[in-house]
Amino acid sequence: MLAGERNLMAVTVYIPTPFRRFAGNQTYVKAEGNTVGDVLDSLGSAYPALRQMIYDDTDEIPGHINVYINSQEIHSLQGKATLVNDGDEMAVIPAIAGGQVLTPEQVNRYSRHIIMPQVGPAGQRKLMEGKVLIVGAGGLGGPAALYLALAGVGTIGIVDFDIVDLSNLQRQVLHQNDDVGRKKTESAKETLLSYNPDVNVIIHNTPITSDNAMEILPQYDMVVNGADNFTTRYLVNDACYFAGKTLVDGSILLFDGQATVFVPGNGCYRCLFPAPPPPGLVPNCAEAGVLGALTGVMGSIQAIEVIKQVLGIGESLVSRLLLFDALSMDFRIVKLRRDPKCPLCGDDATITELIDYEGFCGAPFPGGHDGAEGGTDGN
Amino acid sequence: MTALREGPMAIEVKVTANFAKLIGGERSAKAQGSTIGEVLDDLEQRHPGFKQNVVADGRIHRFVNVYLNDEDVRFLQQLDTPLSEGDVVSVLPALAGG
Repeated sequence: MLAGERNLMAVTVYIPTPFRRFAGNQTYVKAEGNTVGDVLDSLGSAYPALRQMIYDDTDEIPGHINVYINSQEIHSLQGKATLVNDGDEMAVIPAIAGGQVLTPEQVNRYSRHIIMPQVGPAGQRKLMEGKVLIVGAGGLGGPAALYLALAGVGTIGIVDFDIVDLSNLQRQVLHQNDDVGRKKTESAKETLLSYNPDVNVIIHNTPITSDNAMEILPQYDMVVNGADNFTTRYLVNDACYFAGKTLVDGSILLFDGQATVFVPGNGCYRCLFPAPPPPGLVPNCAEAGVLGALTGVMGSIQAIEVIKQVLGIGESLVSRLLLFDALSMDFRIVKLRRDPKCPLCGDDATITELIDYEGFCGAPFPGGHDGAEGGTDGN
Repeated sequence: MTALREGPMAIEVKVTANFAKLIGGERSAKAQGSTIGEVLDDLEQRHPGFKQNVVADGRIHRFVNVYLNDEDVRFLQQLDTPLSEGDVVSVLPALAGG
C-alpha cells in the first residue's frame, strides 16, 4: 500500500422513502469509498436506478439533492471530495420545491406519509406549512389535534378556557390523570409537543367570543370545530365565513356523529341548521352522555378532512354531511346545499358582522359562568 | 294484491339516538303515508308526542332536518314532499356535543 493511501471506508447510507424503491426497498445500504463521491459512485453502481436520481446528465449531484455526512450537508464541507470514515452515516435527501429541505429525521418521521404519491415530500412540506385552529381541546378537538400534530402540521392553535375535569378523561385523549385541574390548553400543548416537538402549538386560553374571534381566526388557514354548545358553533361558523376560512365541522351526542366541511360560498352551518334549538331541548353530552370512542372516530375524520384540504387530494365533505351511527355501525352521507335564503351566506344576507350569539341562542355564553355545562370543549 | 299495493306505503323512518326514545326506543320505525307530513302524522298516532319535536305550526323546526333518502326536504316540497315505495326518511336534529 502506497503512502497516503487508505483502505476503503465502509459507510452506511440512509435512503429516504422516495428513493427506497430504487434501492431494493432498504432503509439503510452499505457502501464503500474514501470520499463522498466514491460512496455515491459505488451506490450508483449497485443501484443504477438510484444513480439516475442522485446524479444529473453531467454526473454532478443535482441542485435539488442534498447529501449529508453525519447530519452535515456536504457543501459546508468539501463537497464530493469530503473524506469519509468507517461507520459514518450518509443521507441522500431530495429537496422540496421552493428550496425547503426536509431533514433526515423529518423524512424518517413522516416516511409513511411521504412514501404515498398523494403526499410525497412536497405534500409533507405543505402540511408543515399548514396553520390550523382547533376550537375546543375536548372530545373532538383532542384526536383531531393529535393526528394533525403527528402528521407534522406546522402550526396548531388551540382555543379553550376550560379546566381538565375527571369526567373528561373518559374520552379526551390530550389530557391524563395528572392533568385534572390544569388548564386544558396547557395540558393539550404539553401532550402535542411530547408526541411531536416539531409542531408549533399556540394556545388561546380564553372562550372564543364576538370580541376576539376576528383576531384569532385570521392567524390560521383553517378551523376545526370541536365546540360543545350551539352558541360557539354559530359564532365560529359566522367568523369563518367573514374571515374566509374553511371550517371542518363535527358534532356528537350519545352514539351519533355528524361531520362536514364548510367552504365559504358553498353553504354554512346556518344553511344546514338555520336556527339553534330552544335552550334545554337538545341535551348536551354532560346531560345525555356520549360514547368516548365515538369522539375518536369523528375527531379523526375531521383530521382527515383537514389533511385532504391541505394536500388538495380526494373528495372533501364540502356539500355533504356525513352521519355516523355507532350502534348500527352505519355511515351515511346526505346532501348539504347552500341555502339562497341563508341570512349569512345567502343571496340577500342580513348578517354582515358578528352578532350577539348569547341572545341568538338564548343561552349564556360559555365562560360567562362556571362552565359546568357550556365549555368550548365537550364537557 | 292490488288492494295492498294501492294502500298507504310503509316508509322507514330513521332517527338519531337522542330521538329514539320518542319512537319507542328504536332507531327506526315503519310508518305509512304518501308524503313526509303524512308519515310524521302516522308516527304521531303510534307514538304520541313525537311530532312536536320535529314540526311546529305546520313547519319543520329550523334545528331539525328531515331527509328523503339523501336530500333535505327543505329543498324539495317540505312536508308535502311525495314519497315512493322503498324511500327512507331520516329525522336529524342538530347536535352540539364536541
